[in-house]
Amino acid sequence: MTWREKDRWQRLFSTGAALSILLFSTGCERRQSALHPASVNAERIADLFWWMVGGGLIIWAVVMAIAFFATRAHPEAHGVRSARWLILGGGVAFPVVVLTGLLIYGLMLMPQLSSTADIDLEIDVAGEQWWWRVTYQTAAGEPVELANEIRLPVGQRALFRLTSPDVIHSFWIPPLGGKVDMIPGRTNTLVLEPTQTGTFRGACAEYCGSSHALMKFEVMVMEPDAFADWLNRQAQPAQPPQSESARQGQTAFLANGCGACHTVRGTEANGTLGPDLTHVGSRLSLGAGILPVDPEAFTRWIGHTGAIKPDVKMPSFGMLPEDQLPAMAQYLSELQ
Amino acid sequence: MMDETQTRPEHAPEVPPGSRESLWLLVSGPTIWAAHFLLSYLAVSVWCAKVAGRAGPLGDIRIAIGVLTALALTGIALTGWGGWRRHRFGEATLPHDFDTPGDRHRFLGFSTFLLCGLSFVATVFVALSVVFIRSCE
Ligand code: HEC
Ligand SMILES: [Cu+2]
Repeated sequence: MTWREKDRWQRLFSTGAALSILLFSTGCERRQSALHPASVNAERIADLFWWMVGGGLIIWAVVMAIAFFATRAHPEAHGVRSARWLILGGGVAFPVVVLTGLLIYGLMLMPQLSSTADIDLEIDVAGEQWWWRVTYQTAAGEPVELANEIRLPVGQRALFRLTSPDVIHSFWIPPLGGKVDMIPGRTNTLVLEPTQTGTFRGACAEYCGSSHALMKFEVMVMEPDAFADWLNRQAQPAQPPQSESARQGQTAFLANGCGACHTVRGTEANGTLGPDLTHVGSRLSLGAGILPVDPEAFTRWIGHTGAIKPDVKMPSFGMLPEDQLPAMAQYLSELQ
Repeated sequence: MMDETQTRPEHAPEVPPGSRESLWLLVSGPTIWAAHFLLSYLAVSVWCAKVAGRAGPLGDIRIAIGVLTALALTGIALTGWGGWRRHRFGEATLPHDFDTPGDRHRFLGFSTFLLCGLSFVATVFVALSVVFIRSCE
C-alpha cells in the first residue's frame, strides 16, 4: 500500500467512526438518557461522571506515553532509583491522592443527594408485577391514586416513597435520577428536583419476572400551574360516558367484572388489584409505558392482554362478544 | 541462573537470635482494618436503628468511631513498624525468594509493612465517611 492509499483508508475510517458516533448519539433517546440530566441531582452526578471520564482519559494517555517511552523511545535498562520513584510516585502516592479526592467529593455529595429537607410534594409509588401504583398526597387531604405515570412541577422538590407488595423492583428515571430499589417490607425514599420541563421515560431497573422489560412509565415535568390543574383533574371522579358506544362500554365494563380489580371513582367499580382507571384516557401510555392511548390500543390490550404482556395478572377478555371490546375501549378513552 | 547479587552471604547471622517466625504479624494489619470496619458499621447500624431513628443525626457515635479509628491506626502503625524492623535485619538479598530463614524473615517483615500501609489508608477511608456524613439518612 502506498502512503497515499494509506491516507485515503485512514480518512475513510475516521469519517466512518465519526458518522457512527453521530448515529449512535442521536439514536439514544434523550428522554431516557442519564447523560442528558434534567434534575439538580442528576446534573451533579453527570458532572462527576464527565470529570471522571476526562481524568481517566488523561491517566490512560500518560500511562501509554510512559509505556512508549520505556519500550520504544528509550528501550535500554533504566536506573533502579528512577524505577523506585516511579513506583512510589505513580503506584502509591498518586492513586492514594486521587482516590482520597474522589472519596471526599463523593462523601460530600451524598448528604445533598439524599436530603429529604424542604419537600414541596409527596408521592408514593409501589412497583407491582408489572406496573406502577402512584399515589399523590395532596394539601386538601384526600390522596389521589393513578398509575404508570408521574408528573412533576419544574423547580420543586418531590419526595418519593418507594415500596413493593410482591418482589424487588427498582425505580429509575434516567434523566432525573433514581435507580432506587423498591423492597417488600421497606420504604425507600428518593428526592427529585427537575430543572427542565419535558417528557421523560422511566423503567424498572431490577429484574422482577417475565414482563420486567415491559414495566415502564412516562414522566412529564410541567410548569407548576399546569401541574396543579392536572392534579386537580386527577382528583375528580370519572366523568360519565358521553357517546352511546361509551355508555354500552361502561355497562360491559361493570358486567364483565372489570370492577373487581379496577377502580373507576364515581362508579361501582372499586377493585384495587389493578391500576386505577378513573382517568386512564388522559394517560400518556397504556399498559405501563408500552402502548399508545387510543381506542385501538385499548381494544388490543383487553382482547390480547397475555400476548402483549406475558404472565400479566389480568385475564385476556378476547372471548367477549365482538362489539363489547370496542365499546369498552371507547368508554375507557373517554375517561379523560 | 545465579549471579553475584542473588547469592546470600554465608557469614552473617540470618535471623535475630531466639526469634520464631510466625504469620501472626503479617495478618494483623488487615485484621485490624477488618475489625474497625465491622465495628464501625455495627455501631452506626445499631445507633440509627435503636437510638437516633432513620433520619436522625449520627451525633455522639461519630466521636466513638473517631476513638476507635485512633486505636486502630495506632495498632496498624505499630505493626507496620514491627514489620519494618524485621525487614531491616540481616543481609538476605532481594527478592527474598530463597527457602532460607534469612529470606523468610525479611520477606515476612516487608510484606507486613506493605500490608500495614494498605490497611492504614483503608481504615482512614472508612473513617472519612462519618467525617462527611452526619445523619442516618
Ligand atoms: C384479575 C384482575 C383484573 C381484571 C378482572 C381486569 N384487570 Fe385490567 N388490569 C389488571 C392488572 C393487574 C393490570 C396491570 C397489568 C400490567 O400492566 O402489568 C391491568 C391493567 C389494565 C389496563 C391498563 C391500565 C394502565 O394504566 O395502563 C386496562 C385499560 C385494563 N386493565 C382494563 C381492564 C378491563 C376493561 C377489564 C375487564 C374487561 C379488566 N381490565 C379486568 C387486573 C385486572
Ligand atoms: Cu422489574
